[in-house]
Amino acid sequence: MWRNKPLMRHVGAAAATLTCLLLTACSAGSLAAGGSAGDPETTLSVGLTAEPANLDFTKTEGAAIPQALLYNVYENLVKLDQAGKIRPALATSWKLSKDRRTYTFHLVKDATFSNGARFTAEDAKFSIERVASRWTVAQKSQMSVVDTVRVVASDELRVTLKTPSNDWLYRMTTRVGAMFSRTGVKKLATEPVGTGPYVVKRWNRGDSITLARRTDYWGRTPHFKTVALKYFKDPTALNNALLTNTINVIGAMQSPDSLYRFENNPKYKVIEGSTNGEVLLSFNNGSGPLRNPKVRRAVRYAIDHKALLDTCWAGRGKLIGSMVPSTDPWYQDLTDLYPYDRDKAEKLLKESGEAGRTLRLRIPTLPYATACGTVVKSQLEQAGFKVKLDQLEFPAAWLTTVFKNADYDMSIISHAEPRDMQAVFGSKTYYTRYDSPAFRALLKKADQGTQEQQVASMRAAARLLSKDAAADWLFLLPNLMVADADITGLPKNSISESLDLTGLGRS
Amino acid sequence: MIVRLVRRIAVLLASLVVCSVVVFAFMAVLPGDPARVALGVSASDSAVAQLRTEFELDRPLVAQYFSWVHGLVTFDPGSSYISHTAIGPQLADRLLVTLWLVGTGMVIACILAIPMGTIMAVRHRKPSGLMLSAVSQIGVAVPAFLAGILMITVFAVGLGWLPANGWTPPVQDPVLFLKQLVMPALSLGIVQAAVLTRYVRSAVLDVLREDYLRTARAKGLRPTKALLRHGLRNASVPVVTVLALQLATLLVGSVVIERVFVIPGLGSLLLDSVAGRDLTMVQDVVMIIAVAVLLVNFLVDMVYLLIDPRLRVGAS
Repeated sequence: MWRNKPLMRHVGAAAATLTCLLLTACSAGSLAAGGSAGDPETTLSVGLTAEPANLDFTKTEGAAIPQALLYNVYENLVKLDQAGKIRPALATSWKLSKDRRTYTFHLVKDATFSNGARFTAEDAKFSIERVASRWTVAQKSQMSVVDTVRVVASDELRVTLKTPSNDWLYRMTTRVGAMFSRTGVKKLATEPVGTGPYVVKRWNRGDSITLARRTDYWGRTPHFKTVALKYFKDPTALNNALLTNTINVIGAMQSPDSLYRFENNPKYKVIEGSTNGEVLLSFNNGSGPLRNPKVRRAVRYAIDHKALLDTCWAGRGKLIGSMVPSTDPWYQDLTDLYPYDRDKAEKLLKESGEAGRTLRLRIPTLPYATACGTVVKSQLEQAGFKVKLDQLEFPAAWLTTVFKNADYDMSIISHAEPRDMQAVFGSKTYYTRYDSPAFRALLKKADQGTQEQQVASMRAAARLLSKDAAADWLFLLPNLMVADADITGLPKNSISESLDLTGLGRS
Repeated sequence: MIVRLVRRIAVLLASLVVCSVVVFAFMAVLPGDPARVALGVSASDSAVAQLRTEFELDRPLVAQYFSWVHGLVTFDPGSSYISHTAIGPQLADRLLVTLWLVGTGMVIACILAIPMGTIMAVRHRKPSGLMLSAVSQIGVAVPAFLAGILMITVFAVGLGWLPANGWTPPVQDPVLFLKQLVMPALSLGIVQAAVLTRYVRSAVLDVLREDYLRTARAKGLRPTKALLRHGLRNASVPVVTVLALQLATLLVGSVVIERVFVIPGLGSLLLDSVAGRDLTMVQDVVMIIAVAVLLVNFLVDMVYLLIDPRLRVGAS
């Protein structure tokens, strides 16, 4: 008895409206231009995982800010190339005095800051001295070796150190060596001013930072006019963004298991190089069972590193055996110091008299740590250890429990800072609680000697560290990048603090 | 009436105070030192202590609470611990994004649920009605994030029709904005529609049994016209109430949806701030959501008083 034709008409109208809405949204055809608005020839979108909290790396920790800004917005006197060598940047050349304490830099003459001011030796002096006086991050201590900074001429700068230091020039390639304008440090958190080829054009918080190419850049003009750095918390979302042309490059692949979606597909290229991220099975050398060297050595024998890497990071990455990444000049393969040997591990553990004690493996909630934690636990248990695995929320809970209070026996964490052997094992108050005067003496010798002496001493230090079993080095994180096949100039190795966009292009 | 109004406002204010105390207390007991998190793994203890002083974390909790509330009430929430930038504009930006998402989700839910629910009621004994009923049952069971992931797999990765994620403000690029809005809004809207459909159905069923509809039909109106002209308006009262109450669910749902679709709204701000121990930011975001829910409930109550004279009588 109910005749519903008019009603159906209303429903129909509503459905039609909805369809229209959907169609408008789906229109305009290809998504190549839709996802990443702009001309693909001059525009590039790079997908990254950690968004900066602000743009001021003089006051805020973390790798995200220098990753986006260093070499792109800010420039240094010297920069690091792909082989890990120090190269000229704002300094065209430099000389080191006989006593190895004084560096004389000759600077480029025509560089300007994005606020229009010319870059001179006065700015360089201002920038170096500002690290000690105004910076608040921990890296500022890397400048404490500087004694005086003198302006010789507008394009010549002389820096005298308190003691000779090879490390200092290296640190000048990192964030502490960034050159600031004397008239451009008012609003660093939101408006960075540098001499680099790009300026920060727009920041959609929680989504992306857009860099625009400068027209008045002093050096070689980069290919892309606009580069958008897009931030993703979730590895799947990052992959989907590349698959749907929303981005052109995955800057750091967080899920090696999903690489198969891009490999053997001519639309994409996969780049695999190395990073500075040593994934440590860190030990508490100061208290608990791992204070005993026999237990530490037993742990190292008990772990089958090859099998572990295959299981938890899809076999991507490099086994290193000590705290030196393969791109450092003093790298040596130390994996044979403790080859996988379960019987030896069991024997050592029995000898140590600690066999019944439970090891607390307290890992942060980070992809590689959670993936490797269970494998480490089961391998250790096969060799007779008792292991209790705790996951601590990262960063807050892990930082308090493991890092600050050293309330742990073992943890798994990647130390991604460049050349961080000293930082991680050079102080007995650091969370590894490693205390070796011999090790510290070698590091000091390396820093103050000639380049040959530096290499020899660093090698000896790394070997000593590994022999002592101060930690176990699970593997070196790989630099996995995936990009549209026609993108050129992607850095194979991620070894500087910067994601250098200046060399990228399209073939 | 006025007594009732005053009493309701008093309840609202009291709820806000209780809410703020609870939110603040939870943040205070959250493990992890914000200063330590802000300074990272290589910071010295003295640097951490200095930052704690700067953040005013060493002041008594009560003093911290009052300065926080003062900032909120004067619409000047100050700067974030972590980003050193003003919180106010960030909150406004993120709130706008979430309002777009929740608003569009709500509209989609209404567009789907009102006709569907009506048809289900009108044909509640016929196969078509039963089928719709089953479909809506599925909708109730599917969480919004799953709907989102399925849509991404099919429409973005599979067919390549829509971007898988991202957000562009409408003034910047309206077409891209719409493309990016469709799937997240649909995943929120569809799930919401499934719930709403069932309320519409029962409301319309109630109305269909009313005498005045029979009267209208007796006066010669065709059944559909009678329902549209007299029935739906009456049926809408309970539906509007439910709609307002569902706002809270939508806001919570958007937290997850924003993560799935990488949308910089209030929800993703909340998650990031919790992870980064940006405590003032977390407190502010949670308070905004609490205020929104309490205000909507309050407004619904007021509207009730206005449209239903029986309540006014009952109150006095």
